[in-house]
Amino acid sequence: MINMQQRQTQLEQLVDDLLSEAKRQGATAAEAGVSSDSGLSLTVRMGATETIEHTRDNGLGVTVYFGQRKGSASTSDFSPQAIKETVEAACNFARYTSEDPCAGLADAGLMATELPNLDLYHPWDLAVDEAIELATRCETAARDEDERIFNSEGATLNSHSGLHVYGNTHGFIGGYPSSRHSLSCAVVGKEGENMQRDYWYTLSRLSGEMELPELVGKVAAQRTVSRLGSRRVTTQQAPVIFQADVAVGLLRSFIGAIRGSALYRKASFLLDSLDEQIFPGFVNIHEEPHLLRGLASAAYDNEGVATTQRGYISDGILQSYVLDSYAARKLGMQTTGNAGGVRNLRINSGALDLQGLLKKMDSGLLVTELMGQGLNMVTGDYSRGAAGFWVENGEIQYPVEEITIAGNLREMFMGLQEVGTDVETRSSVQTGSWLIDRMMIAGG
Amino acid sequence: MSDLIQIAQDTILAPVGLIETDLDRMLGELTGSAIDAADIYFQSSRLESWVLEDGIIKEGSYNIEQGAGIRAISGDKTGFAYSDELQLPTLLEAAKAARAITRSGAERSVQIAGLPTPRQLYAPINPLPSLTETDKVDLLRRVDAEARRQDPRVKQVIVSLVGAQDVVLVAAIDGTLNADVRPLVRLNVHVIAEQNGRREQGSSGGGARKAFDFFLQEERALGYAREAVRQALVNLDAVEAPAGTMPVVLGPGWPGVLLHEAVGHGLEGDFNRKGTSAFSGRLGEQVASSCCTVVDDGTLPGRRGSLNVDDEGTESQCTVLIENGILKGYMQDKHNARLMKVDSTGNGRRESYAHLPMPRMTNTYMLAGEAEPDEIIATVDKGLYAVNFGGGQVDITSGQFVFSASEAYLIENGKVTRPVKGATLIGNGPETMTKVSMVGNDLKLDAGVGVCGKEGQSVPVGVGQPTLKIDELTVGGTGQ
Repeated sequence: MINMQQRQTQLEQLVDDLLSEAKRQGATAAEAGVSSDSGLSLTVRMGATETIEHTRDNGLGVTVYFGQRKGSASTSDFSPQAIKETVEAACNFARYTSEDPCAGLADAGLMATELPNLDLYHPWDLAVDEAIELATRCETAARDEDERIFNSEGATLNSHSGLHVYGNTHGFIGGYPSSRHSLSCAVVGKEGENMQRDYWYTLSRLSGEMELPELVGKVAAQRTVSRLGSRRVTTQQAPVIFQADVAVGLLRSFIGAIRGSALYRKASFLLDSLDEQIFPGFVNIHEEPHLLRGLASAAYDNEGVATTQRGYISDGILQSYVLDSYAARKLGMQTTGNAGGVRNLRINSGALDLQGLLKKMDSGLLVTELMGQGLNMVTGDYSRGAAGFWVENGEIQYPVEEITIAGNLREMFMGLQEVGTDVETRSSVQTGSWLIDRMMIAGG
Repeated sequence: MSDLIQIAQDTILAPVGLIETDLDRMLGELTGSAIDAADIYFQSSRLESWVLEDGIIKEGSYNIEQGAGIRAISGDKTGFAYSDELQLPTLLEAAKAARAITRSGAERSVQIAGLPTPRQLYAPINPLPSLTETDKVDLLRRVDAEARRQDPRVKQVIVSLVGAQDVVLVAAIDGTLNADVRPLVRLNVHVIAEQNGRREQGSSGGGARKAFDFFLQEERALGYAREAVRQALVNLDAVEAPAGTMPVVLGPGWPGVLLHEAVGHGLEGDFNRKGTSAFSGRLGEQVASSCCTVVDDGTLPGRRGSLNVDDEGTESQCTVLIENGILKGYMQDKHNARLMKVDSTGNGRRESYAHLPMPRMTNTYMLAGEAEPDEIIATVDKGLYAVNFGGGQVDITSGQFVFSASEAYLIENGKVTRPVKGATLIGNGPETMTKVSMVGNDLKLDAGVGVCGKEGQSVPVGVGQPTLKIDELTVGGTGQ
């Protein structure tokens, strides 16, 4: 068994070999990434072990530049022969791609120089038998929670650790190990002819920070049972609360609309919106890439550029786009160190929890699940399948399904009334529930 | 022994020095009284992709992967391990890890035998070198020029070209030894058009299990460019889509994503064995109106969803799922078929060697009826006519499904009138299928771009249908 430090040194050597080979083959610049992950994934269903999967994934990728022309190649094979061939393939592609004035590595002066330990690696020394026991406890708790729970899709435990190393011909090289553990459970309930399923999960870099298996099972069962007897509501306009775990998607859509690749392609509804009011004045959205144990923490981005704390929305006004070096050059701007996306994004919460939001809404729809991909990023038009609960007098009345909610994201963002204190922490994009003033609900 | 097995052995085993008796030895490692089934899946794949954007060839990339996945099954328990190192000691270690699912039983010997492959639905080619790099780049440029030539309102064109070859070899303790060599190509065009400050998009594309010259024949690639522009221009004039429940007429071809979501997933064997599908236990019952006959057909020559053999070495077939509205059968892989005491239908598929196989669709479509498409539209006073869709999704337990229209029109007094903005349609699978009241005579399959996701695994699929009318479906627009 080799330890992570030795493995990291090996992968750094591999990156070095890839970059040297690229130069040997005539590349003027190159960058390479190597990853190696392993783990265990198992599912217990109806009290018995269903699957045990031992996972082991390796991957390496290289991008070469011949002046302003670019080529890429990747493989799972780490042999010296494969390295040579992979670089050759990338160089071959660079002969046929076009001169692109914006192509190239990020500027050398922007490379991260401080690589702090962000405490992302907490391996879980978990024997298969122990893992089976945890999953069994979780699923049993779900099945015992309510007599209407009659079937199960099982409880799944995942525990993975990995190493990622990135380097480029500016001389930058960085690498770090990380871990990720999760336990999820999905069960099926029945009442009369009506059958429903729902799930819950816990996720952390540190096994000790996960929710207890019994709690995960209990919540999965409660969520399932609460959907039994779902019906439709009539077509109408009404206020809508997006529960925190689905509000995450709205925040992701916002980020998608200010991402450089969408902007330079003119494929965003937030084109040319810098310094404009996008949200009401109480909204602030910021990114904290250096959070210890954060699900998306990193000291440098996918191009080696130092990541920094950044405010995207300040008092409702758009302060910054999300850029990598390519999009930045296309737009005549500077990269924001976001190659590979945003890292730990957060919107500030108000004073109300979910109960408080229901009271504030008084009457309307609480959405707990969304279906489909009905979002047009070019126009912001939004139309998705939804399930949740109908609310009157600030109280949940009955579960709702087979309806759609529709609007335009620009109007939905400006129509945000309140963000809850019930923050979803299992995501790299974190938010409480959103109360939106008005959307079109289509039903019976 | 079939040519395909020979090609697979030459491609995957020979370069790493593995021979057929090594497979016997690995399979021997996977036997035992408590083991009901076990297999080894070898895969070698190569993929290349090209992207044109802003009029220049922006990206070219190449990926090569190989590895083996080893599975052992005892009752309804599955042990699985995989490796991207194809060395005998590593593979034997993976076999031990997979069979640790059960601890009892003694090893026995296994003799595998390759059966001749009776048919080839596609040539066992590698499509990557089927055009020179210069010709691929030229093809992308011509598609770009064709799109921009259509209309000055076209502001952005993105063209992507992907080719892949997948070579697979499966050996199992039931004696199976089979292989497939699967080419796959795809070309997509995405455009953005602008008019008076309003921007809209359109996209089109196609693909097949063929060489790249598929796109040169019948001006297919240029046709995708024209089609993407046409859609974007239609959307520039689109008004708010209506909200509420109304009659919906779906056009032929890609709108068959309806069947994929509303009935397809719910008829996969695993969900029905476990009793978690809205269709569980309903074989022989009326689950759709009598004008609906739906099949899953993996045997269509050259189609994106077709397979000579599935990823368990079972020959693909045409499975009748629903016949005149009556539920006839489920789609099965070996594991679920064994537990349900039926035969595999050749639907055992996996994304790669690093994933477990499960029942998946191939090409799923509804057979043609007798109505003329115009006649169907003429029966609707006020409703929606939807001809192009993005993706869909289903909750197989409640039966709720959605699919999102990207090109749709109002029907007013029996006539197609104004284009409306994209909207999500939602229904309940078993209920919606009973509301199919007319089926057209114009069956069409999609152009070959479908990707289906299930439990995190993506596989290429096809869909299709004739024009059809659903008496009542909920349309998620913003208009009153």
